[in-house]
Amino acid sequence: MSIWINNDTRLIVQGITGSHGKFHALGCREYGTNVVGGVTPGKGGQDVEGIPVFNSVREAREAVKPNATMIFVPPKFAADAIREAAAAGVELIICITEGIPTLDMVRVKNELRGKKVRLIGPNCPGIITPGQCKIGIMPGRIHRPGHVGVVSRSGTLTYEAVDQLTKLGLGQSTCVGIGGDPVPGTGFIDVLEAFESDPKTHAIVLIGEIGGSDEEGAADFIKAKMTKPVAAFIAGQTAPPGKRMGHAGAIISGSQGTAAEKIKKLESCGVAVAKSPAEIGSTLQRRLS
Amino acid sequence: MKLHEHQGKELLARFGVPVPRGKVAFTVDEVERIAISLGGTVVVKAQIHAGGRGKGGGVKLAKDACEARVLAKQILGMTLVTIQTGPAGKKVGRLLIEEGCSIARELYVGLTLDRGASRLVFIASTEGGMEIEEVARVAPHKILKEIIDPAQGLTTQQAEKLATALGLTGDTARAFVPFASNLYRVYLECDASLVEINPLVVTKDGKLLALDAKIALDDNALFRHADIEALRDLTEEDPAEMEAKTFELSYISLDGNIGCMVNGAGLAMATMDIIKLAGGMPANFLDVGGSATKETVAEAFKIILLDPKVKGILVNIFGGIMKCDIVAEGIVAATKELAVKVPVVVRLQGTRVEEGRAILASSGLNLIPADGLAEAAQKVVATL
Repeated sequence: MSIWINNDTRLIVQGITGSHGKFHALGCREYGTNVVGGVTPGKGGQDVEGIPVFNSVREAREAVKPNATMIFVPPKFAADAIREAAAAGVELIICITEGIPTLDMVRVKNELRGKKVRLIGPNCPGIITPGQCKIGIMPGRIHRPGHVGVVSRSGTLTYEAVDQLTKLGLGQSTCVGIGGDPVPGTGFIDVLEAFESDPKTHAIVLIGEIGGSDEEGAADFIKAKMTKPVAAFIAGQTAPPGKRMGHAGAIISGSQGTAAEKIKKLESCGVAVAKSPAEIGSTLQRRLS
Repeated sequence: MKLHEHQGKELLARFGVPVPRGKVAFTVDEVERIAISLGGTVVVKAQIHAGGRGKGGGVKLAKDACEARVLAKQILGMTLVTIQTGPAGKKVGRLLIEEGCSIARELYVGLTLDRGASRLVFIASTEGGMEIEEVARVAPHKILKEIIDPAQGLTTQQAEKLATALGLTGDTARAFVPFASNLYRVYLECDASLVEINPLVVTKDGKLLALDAKIALDDNALFRHADIEALRDLTEEDPAEMEAKTFELSYISLDGNIGCMVNGAGLAMATMDIIKLAGGMPANFLDVGGSATKETVAEAFKIILLDPKVKGILVNIFGGIMKCDIVAEGIVAATKELAVKVPVVVRLQGTRVEEGRAILASSGLNLIPADGLAEAAQKVVATL
């Protein structure tokens, strides 16, 4: 078991004929993901190194029966790409695109409410179940199959954490990058809930950063609902207020969303918080021993 | 992107939100002309991207055009220090000259994203004129919030409820409904990230007037608002940050002396954090992105070195998509081309790391290699 993706996942790639879409579609296939098709309007009938391209998600849905999609469509059109996938009945939508207007995401997220669709991202590295399925831009080879669930708002910092875990012999069940935007399709709590009920996941690493209060919400959830041990790291302890630190969502507004506040809250809810980003793996290891 | 108050008010007026009569001035002569045309008492307001201007001496009342001229002479060109500018302050390059008004009550209204709800929230308070953060701290019960369903927009019922809660009655309460819904339209149609009116005043004759306007726009949506982007005041922007943007680098200058170059925003923040844990202070945040080339690495070095405070550089690249040998070539080329004098500690991890390290080692340059994150931070702090 794992969460959301596994050997049975059938993936299509929206924006497969663009340079990023193509590169990562092939990267996922090379890792072992079952990439069954791609979508680029107007390019139906072509193929990308053997992967058939369709004009629309609906066409792809009928022809190759995907149950997941990975979106590389430019920010201007990304919200409509998400809508299109949801309307065609694709259950899992992973949106890698960075730079989508916030109001577009407010509208799309609202439209998806109550539907049987999970959106991960946007502005995220994707999701991977090591040894089975990779949907995203993360380097597959640093991962090992195992029992640690990883959830993060970051990309490369997640790779850093996964690398530490793997080197300590702690494999991963599933790693989910929820993305650095202020309106993420899937939040920390959604992922924590799934990890809690996944028998293959025994412990969790949560990587947060400044901005918003999702980490505080996650802390409350962990205290109230989780039986599995959680270790965490919060990036941005030295970030100044009022400045957007790369990610659209990584901004301290007034005194809201500071790293100190989040760390304090997580610790008060029983989470082992690593002081240093070099100690994310070892903090979990200590928590487990 | 932030707007000046006068720009914000021009937008508000376009959407039917009542604002005082006024105009922006860049010179003392313009100030006098505007004050004469407005007639009577005017307010001279320094235009900088920071709050707390009144307390900092940037907002003054003038009884006539002559006094407005005298005040303008004092304020234009001064460095205004407020609680929001930091100790360095901001130079005043423009003034808003407005008619005075008779104030009965000062309220607060604002619109922003409620991240928890993933919806917009309309915030109102009877405590206008105060920082809303301060109200939240001392009197949280005085802050009213209405979460807006994007499918319905701000409803009349919601606006009426807020009007009642703000203690508005009669015509003033009735005027609040279109006022609130027009503010919401400004937010939607301009792709704002913040629309804040503090204070919203009720005049002695019962009219609503936006006496201040703080509007910020979503940078991700500027592509569909070229007219608004053209309003950007470059004197308010950090030149290094603007330079970085043209190369699609994300750079923020900070107060320390250790320059950082990292791929990925989260890792870049974590790198700043670990420098501090090792006893140093970061000079900047810099994310070179996921697909940096030799050229972007060189540009990143140039931007870091624009800051004369930088006494050492830490490069931290976790190569996933980026290949370490490409990064290493970029570092070697940039170090040679720019004749970098400060020590450079390089930590590479991930794809083609051995090849990358070999390139650094054989370059003949004084590039200090590091394996781990903690080791890299300790090494760069030790060079100071």
